[in-house]
Amino acid sequence: MAQGTAKSDYQGRIHNLQKDMIGRYYSRLTAAAENKGEKAIYMLISGNPVELIEAFDMIPVYPEVNALQLAAKKQSLPLILAAEEMGYSTDNCAYVKADVGMYFAGRKTPFATIPEPDLILCNYVGCNVYLQWFEHLQEYSKAPIYNLDVPFFRTNASDPSEDDIHYVVKQLEELIEILERMSGKKLDYKKLQRIMELSGETGELWSDIKRLAQQRPTPFDAYFDSVMMMAPLYCLRGTEDGLRFFQQAYKEMKQRADNHEGPLPEEKFRVVMEGPPPWPYLRQFRDMFSRWGAVAVASTYSTVGGIWEFGFRHDPQRPLESIARHMLQWNLTNRNFIQRYRQIHDYVKDWGADALVIHSVKSCRLFSAGQGDMREYFTKQLNVPTLLIESDLEDPRYFSEAQLRNRVDAFFESLEHQRMLVNK
Amino acid sequence: MATTLVQNLPQLDSLFASCREIAEDPEFAVAKRWLEEHPGTKAIGCFPIYCPVELIHASGMLPLGIIGAGNQIEVTYADSRFQSFVCSIVKSTLELGLTNRLKFLEGMLFHSICDPARNLSSVFQRNFPDMFVEYIHFPQNFASPLARQYLATEYRRILDGLEQRSGHAPTAEDLNRSIGLYNRIRAALREIYRIRTETPHLISAAESFVLTRAGTLMAPEDFLKMLERVLVDLPGRPTRPKDRIRVILEGSFCELPPVGLIETLEQAGCYILDDDFLRGWRWFTEDVPIRENPLAALAESYSERACYSGTKHDSREAKAAHLIRLFKEKKADAVVFQAAKFCEPALFDYALYRKALEDAKIPHLLLEFEEKTWSFDRARSEAETFVESLLFD
Repeated sequence: MAQGTAKSDYQGRIHNLQKDMIGRYYSRLTAAAENKGEKAIYMLISGNPVELIEAFDMIPVYPEVNALQLAAKKQSLPLILAAEEMGYSTDNCAYVKADVGMYFAGRKTPFATIPEPDLILCNYVGCNVYLQWFEHLQEYSKAPIYNLDVPFFRTNASDPSEDDIHYVVKQLEELIEILERMSGKKLDYKKLQRIMELSGETGELWSDIKRLAQQRPTPFDAYFDSVMMMAPLYCLRGTEDGLRFFQQAYKEMKQRADNHEGPLPEEKFRVVMEGPPPWPYLRQFRDMFSRWGAVAVASTYSTVGGIWEFGFRHDPQRPLESIARHMLQWNLTNRNFIQRYRQIHDYVKDWGADALVIHSVKSCRLFSAGQGDMREYFTKQLNVPTLLIESDLEDPRYFSEAQLRNRVDAFFESLEHQRMLVNK
Repeated sequence: MATTLVQNLPQLDSLFASCREIAEDPEFAVAKRWLEEHPGTKAIGCFPIYCPVELIHASGMLPLGIIGAGNQIEVTYADSRFQSFVCSIVKSTLELGLTNRLKFLEGMLFHSICDPARNLSSVFQRNFPDMFVEYIHFPQNFASPLARQYLATEYRRILDGLEQRSGHAPTAEDLNRSIGLYNRIRAALREIYRIRTETPHLISAAESFVLTRAGTLMAPEDFLKMLERVLVDLPGRPTRPKDRIRVILEGSFCELPPVGLIETLEQAGCYILDDDFLRGWRWFTEDVPIRENPLAALAESYSERACYSGTKHDSREAKAAHLIRLFKEKKADAVVFQAAKFCEPALFDYALYRKALEDAKIPHLLLEFEEKTWSFDRARSEAETFVESLLFD
């Protein structure tokens, strides 16, 4: 039976630290917008080469992070509607629509003023919408654009080919030339190596944190609590601040793990979550699982920007090659469905999960198109109980709370029933 | 049918009628018959948009356009794999596979055109493990010479895979022979489009559409003969110009519109001077050069002499500026944007184009369609209203 009162309310010191640090990051954005700060480089989250941007003391701007903040703060709908007025379709990704709406509304948000781009760096990794999103921003802002083309990780080989790596490394060299021209200074290679070192250590800690979720109970929810750690991972990776955040986070999580503390009073179901969260209703969505004692031990969404838990680290000795590998191979969005199935299967086995929950979002077809096949594969071929539910990551109009709750309830009720039969 | 068609080509009207039959046949009878007549030859399906068909042909296999199932079959099984918000062509193509209609193919090639098409490639791989399923990543960094170098290595990889399936490793000469053949086909298609722009009453958009589509479902040698015959006969066709507006049509580069919809637009009073139907099969603006390194020539052509497309992001000329230039070149009166329902690339383009067209004061009309549509009443009344507003303005 669902425990109506169980809510996960883990609020450690890292939540405050996260707020402080991300607050400072947004102040930098506002300063850049008021022409008092650094040069703004628009980039995409997936497999981002933020290390190079840091090496030139420029500031990364992630339209996806801004869009999700708008959604989480319930500011997205009017902006989406404004974009639809312009001609965007109800079937277009709502991240893009919220961002375009915000752009034409003066780039002011409750958390920062977003600067105009000095360079639009389309680090195109997997998602085809990225290309269109940044093409549109280029058309509107007239800022220079560089399409950093990352070949999709499309074969069954365990590694990308030498040709693919070479192609990306050479483009990174072209990007460095652009950044040198913009900044008027040469790349400081020693500085880049130090940044790579910071990223490497950050990745190590993030991987360790994720591995803690293999314990019973998991000390944190690897979906809902992971998203809190993702902002520092992208906006602050490669900085001393970023490293400090993950040192603190590991310390806290390790202590909780040692004390057998979990995010819920009782961990009854361990699930793997697939798909981005519904940002406008994150709390309601979380509660639907908490009341069943269901906690995520792994999630694919927390790997869109990078996959560290299987051993990848940024390498100061080979900076460009390891950035290229991060973009090509070690992030979820550049992987095909077969590779994603394998990744989820590894989570189910190695993190000891009882079930897979697929949150299918209309906006992001990269994630969702074909998830019916995923359900088919996991239920029929692997015998992993799988729930497929639909809403959206940005557009509040697609979140039907009662309907979702019914589906979630029915799923866990049946899991509970099966468990009772087995234990009889 | 194709063999008899080619040996004894009928008059244009009945030739186009036969093409329509081929284009709307979900059983691929013409291609299957050709394969029976050429034992040992295998066929490879090509999903939209552009596929380097020369690689398949030079390997001794038959490239075929597998581009959804139109309004000929009901989607029953694929609906459980792809959600309601995914476009029809992805589902109907999978449905062709799940109903064993693609069993006669040796493999399928998919391309980096959009997210659902990419995931479809994986779903094919998982559901049809005996099939040769490959995914070509086309470059998007056109500002850099690195893109074409990369693409040549990608073509090498694909060719290696094809060789394994066909048992034939093509030489540079083989590849150049295939490039030469497809150059002639593409040149003939360019000529037909030129005729359409200059004398749109001689051949309708619906006719050139079924002709091009039928060509993707037969041997290229047969198709070339058919095209040559059409080019001989077209100038003498006894048709008279009508009082219609001149439009260019964009947005239908992947999922195929029903033939009836194109006819509806034309009957409503539009001469469609140019369109992006089956653009991938016409792809190049001039011949691919015959060189010692054919893969490099094909790759270079992709970045230097290829059409614009909703799924290609060439920062050297903005898409909207390109459309407006095309509009002026063709001396058109309006732009019809005909997007497949749920087609994210086309719908994104529309937002970009709408703003630019409005800034340039160019009349435009948005029509959404699905391949499975049967009734065109709504499209007819929208198109008629649009045409009237221009004719009597």
